[in-house]
Amino acid sequence: MSTSQPGPASARGTNRGPAESHGGRHARQGQRQGRRGSGRGEQFMVPRAEFRSYYGRPVIKEPVWKEPDVPAYLFFGGLAGASSVLAAAAQLTGRPGLARAAKAAALGGISISTVALINDLGRPARFHHMLRVFKLSSPMSVGSWILSAYGPAAGAAALSDFTGILPAAGAAATAGAALLGPAVTTYTAVLLCDTAVPAWHEAHREMPYVFAGSAASAAGGFALLAAPAREAEPARRLAIVGAAVELTAKKLLERRLQSRAEPYQTGRAGALLRAGEIVTFCGLAGAGLSRRSRAGSAVSGLALLAASALTRFGIFEAGRISARYPEYTIVPQRERKQAREAEAGAAGRSGRP
Amino acid sequence: MSSTERPGLTGGADPAERAGWGEHPPRMGFFTDTSVCIGCKACEVACKEWNTVPEDGLELTGMSFDNTIGLSASTWRHVAFIEQQAPVGVPALPAVPGQAAGIRGGLSGPAVPGPDGVDGAMRWLMSSDVCKHCTEAGCLDVCPTGALMRTEFGTVVVQDDVCNGCGYCVPACPFGVIGRRADDGGAHKCTLCYDRLGVGMEPACAKACPTDSIQFGPLDELRERARVRVNDLVEAGHPEAQLYLEGADNGIGGAGAFFLLLDEPEVYGLPPDPVVPTRSLPRMWKHAGLAAAGVGAMVLTAFLGSRTDVR
Ligand code: SF4
Ligand code: SF4
Repeated sequence: MSTSQPGPASARGTNRGPAESHGGRHARQGQRQGRRGSGRGEQFMVPRAEFRSYYGRPVIKEPVWKEPDVPAYLFFGGLAGASSVLAAAAQLTGRPGLARAAKAAALGGISISTVALINDLGRPARFHHMLRVFKLSSPMSVGSWILSAYGPAAGAAALSDFTGILPAAGAAATAGAALLGPAVTTYTAVLLCDTAVPAWHEAHREMPYVFAGSAASAAGGFALLAAPAREAEPARRLAIVGAAVELTAKKLLERRLQSRAEPYQTGRAGALLRAGEIVTFCGLAGAGLSRRSRAGSAVSGLALLAASALTRFGIFEAGRISARYPEYTIVPQRERKQAREAEAGAAGRSGRP
Repeated sequence: MSSTERPGLTGGADPAERAGWGEHPPRMGFFTDTSVCIGCKACEVACKEWNTVPEDGLELTGMSFDNTIGLSASTWRHVAFIEQQAPVGVPALPAVPGQAAGIRGGLSGPAVPGPDGVDGAMRWLMSSDVCKHCTEAGCLDVCPTGALMRTEFGTVVVQDDVCNGCGYCVPACPFGVIGRRADDGGAHKCTLCYDRLGVGMEPACAKACPTDSIQFGPLDELRERARVRVNDLVEAGHPEAQLYLEGADNGIGGAGAFFLLLDEPEVYGLPPDPVVPTRSLPRMWKHAGLAAAGVGAMVLTAFLGSRTDVR
């Protein structure tokens, strides 16, 4: 719908170049400049790059996926997948309390995640059409098949544990969910990155590791909160390792993308991600220091859960922003094209006798 | 760069064959020659009428004569209007052979001083945009239900009775073509008039276009015709004339709908170097696999280090 398309300069409340001046030979020229990130002092993050566009309109379509549905789907799916691995390991090493907490997280997480996904469909009653075909080229198809195997396994594992019914089948389900769990945590990264959305697509190398770390830290965090204290040590360690992996992968992402990481650093997305970082650090410190305190562990676990969610919301928002403003699509493509043409030109010249 | 990357998962020179059509007609497409577009919007109207596409918002945008803004679920042809200051002395565009000399786009007026100090004549660029019916189509690659399909004509269409409105195709298109309607929840876009093609008719927009700016036919013929036309324009003093997506050496492996432009693509709202996102999908799956293994490794680490705390 045309009415739902984002407006140009005015909508972002920042100063832009003369994008709307009419009549000039370079009438549709704009300037890319770092927007004032809320809460960050610098005004310009990247050198200005000139670009031209059609009245500042977006080149690609902003995802129609809704908030909070889709970021929640990412977060709860991650929590579930990593919790299943934690549950199996806890069961194997004789920590039934930890296993039970993690199984509960897996069942709860995957249920919320699936409901959020279905709720986001334009035609929810046709959810089962996802299982009409299997397409490796569609991360959502692959993901739906993974979910349809993982969901029942995680459910059976939890129900058998809670009720004590069919312990052998419960153990098999626990193992199955643990095998599929890691895939549940990372396929969603591919789902976002396999789009033309610049901030997501360009981050496709690091995104699965960000998601894996975020999921592990959420699973560890939940277990810190819910498992008996005497069995919680592995959860604490998982939370710490996961948070460290997430932070590192995000740093690598920003370093590799350089100026193209701007959507992750400015505006609401930047604020969400920075808040996520701060809360992660607090949770990390708390998890490390609260070994003797039940309440301290619980608060740290909660902080790490919140941090994981903030990361997902921030990444989702960064993608939307990078789709909404044409410079994120046009400038890198223009640079790539010019570099290629320059290369071809040089090759052509040197090829002459 | 893009041309040296590995081909996409659904690409190939003959997309209909790749999709499993045995005996099939030649690949059909559009050549939109924007140099003769007069901005009448007959294509937009004909498309709406034939395909019963609903209304898409009735407001004035202030963007020249453009009130449809861009392609969407309910706008399958979109005429862009760009007002520019052309340098003085740019020759008038040559007419297409066989057409009345008066029918030509890029109408030049008398020289007037421009607001940026450059003297020049005002010129309009007008261009009717449409789905590119990509050889490697991002929308089709990512569709999880199989609603998007490749036809025997090599075009890409949505089967409305299959689509569940997941919305994945929307951000997967490098051109921002396909959209999801708020009312019926389904994804919609240009079908290249699949129903008309099936009975040997040309698409409604091409039929309605009074200047033959929209040309329909077998893709091979259109490509040949376009190369002749762009050479004529360059020789007539329009070095800025360029073909957009006419070859197979681009990031989408070639388009079923390509364009002759009189300025850079981004001025028309088109991406200058589009690449189908699925080209990097094998790499993405590899990283996702490694990261998934990493989840196992993280849990293992957590337990190896805490052997002593139990009971
Ligand atoms: S232009 Fe977009 S909607 Fe059309 S076939 Fe290509 S990817 Fe699909
Ligand atoms: S919205 Fe419909 S056509 Fe688009 S990817 Fe989803 S199922 Fe396929």
